[in-house]
Amino acid sequence: MARRVLVTGADTFWGGRMIQALEADPSMDVILGMGAKMPSVPFERAEFVRTDQNYSILNRIVKATQVDTILHTFMITNSATVSNRAMHEINVIGTMNLLAAAGAPGSTVRHIVVKSSTLVYGSSASDPSTFHEDTPRSSPARNSVERALIEAEGLVRDFSEDNPSTLVTVLRFANVLGTHLTTPISRNLSRPVCPSIFGFDPMLQFVEQDDVVRALLHVTRGSIPGLYNVAGDGRLPWSEVASICGTRLVPLSPFTPLKIRPLSRLFDLPRELEDLLRYGRGVDTRRLAATGFEYQATSAGAVQSFIKALRLRRSAGNKPGSYTYEHDVEQFFRHSPSVTGAPGGD
Amino acid sequence: MTAEKKRSTAIVPIRIPAEAAEPVCDPRLSDVDEWGRSEKTRALARALYEPIYSKWFRVEWEGLEKIPTEGGALLVANHAGAIPSDAPVIMHGIEKELERPVYGLADYFFRTVPVVGTLWARAGGVSARPGNAYRLLKEQQQLALVFPEGTKGPSKSFTDRYQLRRFGRGGFVEIAMRAGVPIIPIAVIGSEEAMPVVLRLPTLAKALGLPYFPITANLLTMGPLGIVMPFPAKFKLRVLDPIYFDVPADQERYSKSRVMEEAEHIRTSIQENVYDMLRDRRSVWFG
Repeated sequence: MARRVLVTGADTFWGGRMIQALEADPSMDVILGMGAKMPSVPFERAEFVRTDQNYSILNRIVKATQVDTILHTFMITNSATVSNRAMHEINVIGTMNLLAAAGAPGSTVRHIVVKSSTLVYGSSASDPSTFHEDTPRSSPARNSVERALIEAEGLVRDFSEDNPSTLVTVLRFANVLGTHLTTPISRNLSRPVCPSIFGFDPMLQFVEQDDVVRALLHVTRGSIPGLYNVAGDGRLPWSEVASICGTRLVPLSPFTPLKIRPLSRLFDLPRELEDLLRYGRGVDTRRLAATGFEYQATSAGAVQSFIKALRLRRSAGNKPGSYTYEHDVEQFFRHSPSVTGAPGGD
Repeated sequence: MTAEKKRSTAIVPIRIPAEAAEPVCDPRLSDVDEWGRSEKTRALARALYEPIYSKWFRVEWEGLEKIPTEGGALLVANHAGAIPSDAPVIMHGIEKELERPVYGLADYFFRTVPVVGTLWARAGGVSARPGNAYRLLKEQQQLALVFPEGTKGPSKSFTDRYQLRRFGRGGFVEIAMRAGVPIIPIAVIGSEEAMPVVLRLPTLAKALGLPYFPITANLLTMGPLGIVMPFPAKFKLRVLDPIYFDVPADQERYSKSRVMEEAEHIRTSIQENVYDMLRDRRSVWFG
């Protein structure tokens, strides 16, 4: 069945990768990317629409393009990148507008896939060692990114109750490591010294960056509704992560979290990471595996894939970004009667 | 514009992830498992604890054959002594005699203490959450050890010795029912005299955020060494008959009256056996 897919955050890492992965699938008839900035990767056949960050015009786009699937990849899971207010706008208001458009009368949307994070479980001493999809948090959210994600997931849950005919999938991804992605964890691990909290060696679970794309594709293609944790098998202590990456741990004082505030600038320690470096987090991934999804990497495999790519970059240097989105050129390739073949050429 | 450029370097070149799932090799360096427990640390802990177990406490077991050699079971014991020695004695004893690991379930307070929390986890400690107990007992068919008295047991003063406290809210019975495993009660004597609580300082405990702050006889006689050093009381343990529940596993809820009744029954039988063992005890130090 031909699908018409809309991808949010087409200008971001995940949106860009998802569009490229969808383009490779011939059953995806129309692919539409939305983003606040110009995309930073070339698209083969996807159309790009530039919008504001919270998608106030989404309603009109959905009506005009008759999309049947929305892939909501634009969720901020790293509080270091944006201000709290911007994060609220993107995660909560953006999701709200998206759901409003999808639930509008006469909407053609049949499936919504939301990329969330295991941050919604939090990280505290009273946590169980493994969170199932239905396990509640054991303590209230203490930082803005967790609050925003919980609120956004709440909106999604309300939507799926109000619109039983629309399939809703929420994927909660563990901390991602991989060949290209930059996160606070990967930045810390790529330095010679890396922070830890003295006396704590938390168990962490990672998911490889390609597995993130594959999981999103898997549920989109299979129209699989539900709430799923996505994380590689196995867990490893932070000290082991550091030694796989060949970085040395610098213990910070465990007693006064405020004292490490000035250091957090030195070390890339957003609030959500401070808790994680104490108590870690583990999730149960059997539910997604039961739908037929197979991982390519374990948690330790994700760490290895990250460090191998980093070693290559250290030796061979960073390849310069060769692509800049040129609106007129892209429009020409897509709509000019003179174009007969695929644009290609990157 | 600059931001866009900066981001693009991180993103390109991009390759489409391969379709076929070929597992990436798992480059683990340590043997720490999902519970945070490490066999190497455990072997070290066993080697260090063995002299304390057999020379200092001279532990004697009764009815050890009642503990199954396979399948999940919830071990339930009485808890005493300011820093309770009963937990390591039971865990070490069963691992030594039956060569089966025991996961000690403890208050999550342990996890908040730097170093101690990590060592506790590496040595086989798990925080006492219903989800953890279920996973251990039902899904992994392991032995788990709980002390339903919680901190009320170790914090009681020496004048109340061998008087079992309330068995929580019976959560341990509910977990065993849900996991479909038997409960095996264990009565312990010797733990009270190993580290008797002379005085309790609740205000100080509150100020320090600790569950209790005991002044022990060990501290008074041995000074700072007494914080970690128990007296060489003779430990005797009696394993009671396993209790099987005739209720279906994996139910959302179990009758609270039934749960409380079973919990009280287990508490009483441990209490009676403790009294029985104390009746036979001629000396605190020599048994």
